[in-house]
Amino acid sequence: MKKSLMLVLTLVLTFTLAACGQNNTTNSNGSADAPGTTNEGSGNEASSELSGSILAVGSSALQPLVDQASKKFMDQNPKVSIQVQGGGSGTGLTQVSGGQADIGNSDVFAEEKLDAAQAGELVSHQVAVVAMAAVINPEITVDNLTKDQLVGIFTGEITNWSEVGGQDQKIQIVNRPSSSGTRSTFEKYALGTKTGDLKGSIQEESSGNVKKLVKETPGAIGYLALSYLDGSIKSVNYEGVEANVENVANGSYPIWAYQHMYTKGEPNEVVKAFLDYMASDDVQNNDVVELGYIPVSSMQVSRDVDGNITNK
Amino acid sequence: MARTGRRQKPKQHLIEEWTGKIFTSLCIVFLVVTIFSIVYFVATKGLSTFLKDGISFAEIFGSKEWKPDGEPPLFGALPFIIGSFSTSLLAALISAPLGICAALFMIEIMPKIGRKYLQPVIELLAGIPSVVYGFVGLSVVVPFYRDVFPGQGLGIAAGATVLSIMILPTITSIATDALAALPSGLKEGSYALGATRWQTLYRTVLPTTLPALMTGVVLGMARAFGEALAVQMVIGNAPHIPGSLFESTSTLTSVITLSMGNTVMGTMQNNVLWTLALILMMMTFVFVFVVRWLEGRANR
Repeated sequence: MKKSLMLVLTLVLTFTLAACGQNNTTNSNGSADAPGTTNEGSGNEASSELSGSILAVGSSALQPLVDQASKKFMDQNPKVSIQVQGGGSGTGLTQVSGGQADIGNSDVFAEEKLDAAQAGELVSHQVAVVAMAAVINPEITVDNLTKDQLVGIFTGEITNWSEVGGQDQKIQIVNRPSSSGTRSTFEKYALGTKTGDLKGSIQEESSGNVKKLVKETPGAIGYLALSYLDGSIKSVNYEGVEANVENVANGSYPIWAYQHMYTKGEPNEVVKAFLDYMASDDVQNNDVVELGYIPVSSMQVSRDVDGNITNK
Repeated sequence: MARTGRRQKPKQHLIEEWTGKIFTSLCIVFLVVTIFSIVYFVATKGLSTFLKDGISFAEIFGSKEWKPDGEPPLFGALPFIIGSFSTSLLAALISAPLGICAALFMIEIMPKIGRKYLQPVIELLAGIPSVVYGFVGLSVVVPFYRDVFPGQGLGIAAGATVLSIMILPTITSIATDALAALPSGLKEGSYALGATRWQTLYRTVLPTTLPALMTGVVLGMARAFGEALAVQMVIGNAPHIPGSLFESTSTLTSVITLSMGNTVMGTMQNNVLWTLALILMMMTFVFVFVVRWLEGRANR
């Protein structure tokens, strides 16, 4: 009897749990949509009593920032729960476009990955800027590379460092996979052209591994976000301009990209409050700088999806 | 009173029987539904490359050009198929003698030391997360190969080295079980004829257990074939057929892990990755089939 009772209980428990899980997801989806529609009229009156759940998915480059900010936000609003997941820009855009996630984090404009109809439904919230620099093995005696030289290197026309003013050493490319947002940013703004995957080139998914390989491999060149730079690898100037925060902010250094947090349509109250918090001075001046991003507010130029630069 | 008591007893028994039956059947139904939905999901996703996007079978399996965002996009998966096979074959080649010799040592030569100390140590290898293997590979194996051999160290050799350690527990434990299950009469007969231990091992024990040993090797290969993260970190991931063991290349799994998160569901690029997953799944079926066939031979 006891055994059968246990079995029945296990069964019941399994099914209730499974049902609960489903209920939860539908609930959270429902509540994520509902406040936006019902509270729109009431405005900010209810903002002191924010409650709900937010799911933010996507870019692993943006994840640390959203993660840190979401923890602070949840401390201030105990009834709000925010889940931050990585998975890549493509995943973030897919999920926010499909309605599975409330926020889709992306390194690239949605227009670059989704078709026009899908991208049109999404609203971009630019929360930070990430700048990238070409990095080389510290033993290479090159300090500056022009756009043409970089294009030559990454398309395989230049294969030896002596051709760009360095020592006689073979160039080893450490790339990101062709679908990566970091790579498309680098190709778009540093090279101005798409490049293929050369035979013998190395591709690593994580910036940590790129850094490790560039540091250790003789003759290696790669590219990294500024937050990864330290004394162990050498960053090269681009067209004579040093990769640093000031040069990015005043528009003289072009290799940078917005970090987007996409919502489908206008965000609901909870999501909007969180996005406002991401754009607030508290986050922009502390967390953003602390984690190696550049605040959007400090940018003196802005850029649209086609790469057109305008002064603010 | 007594009558009702007697009547209840068979009822209780029946209830227990039925709850048990229902519970196990539900579990089986759940399992079957899961397996079939996974197969269905991967198959529909993977086949939509051919059916919806109109990419030819010959291009995926025959072409060496992989340019998913080129103009026009090219999806030749041949380098990855070759990369996957060569890495897992090489890993099995390194690992099989080691694993089988370790099993022989544990069962036939020094069972006490072997089973008490060696077996737990080898089984420990199975519990280490693959990202740790990948990092060790990147920090130790790759620099070593880079210094000793021409090339950058990343490539099939580094991938196979890391994988061979990862599949060692699989091969060893299956070989150990096979050797332990060997009827002792065979060995005793061999010794009675005056054969030495080496002769007994080489001429009697190994041939008799060969199908079971092969099962272990094939299962190890299957694991190596499906391993993603550790290989991805050390193989270099250039989508080309390499000219040497120390030149950057890709496997099916490494391409999927590199690109899946960065592509958008439903696009051609994403579908092709599912096709690669489908190829991996079909290969797993082949491995399972081979293992079944070997087991059938072992039981004969």
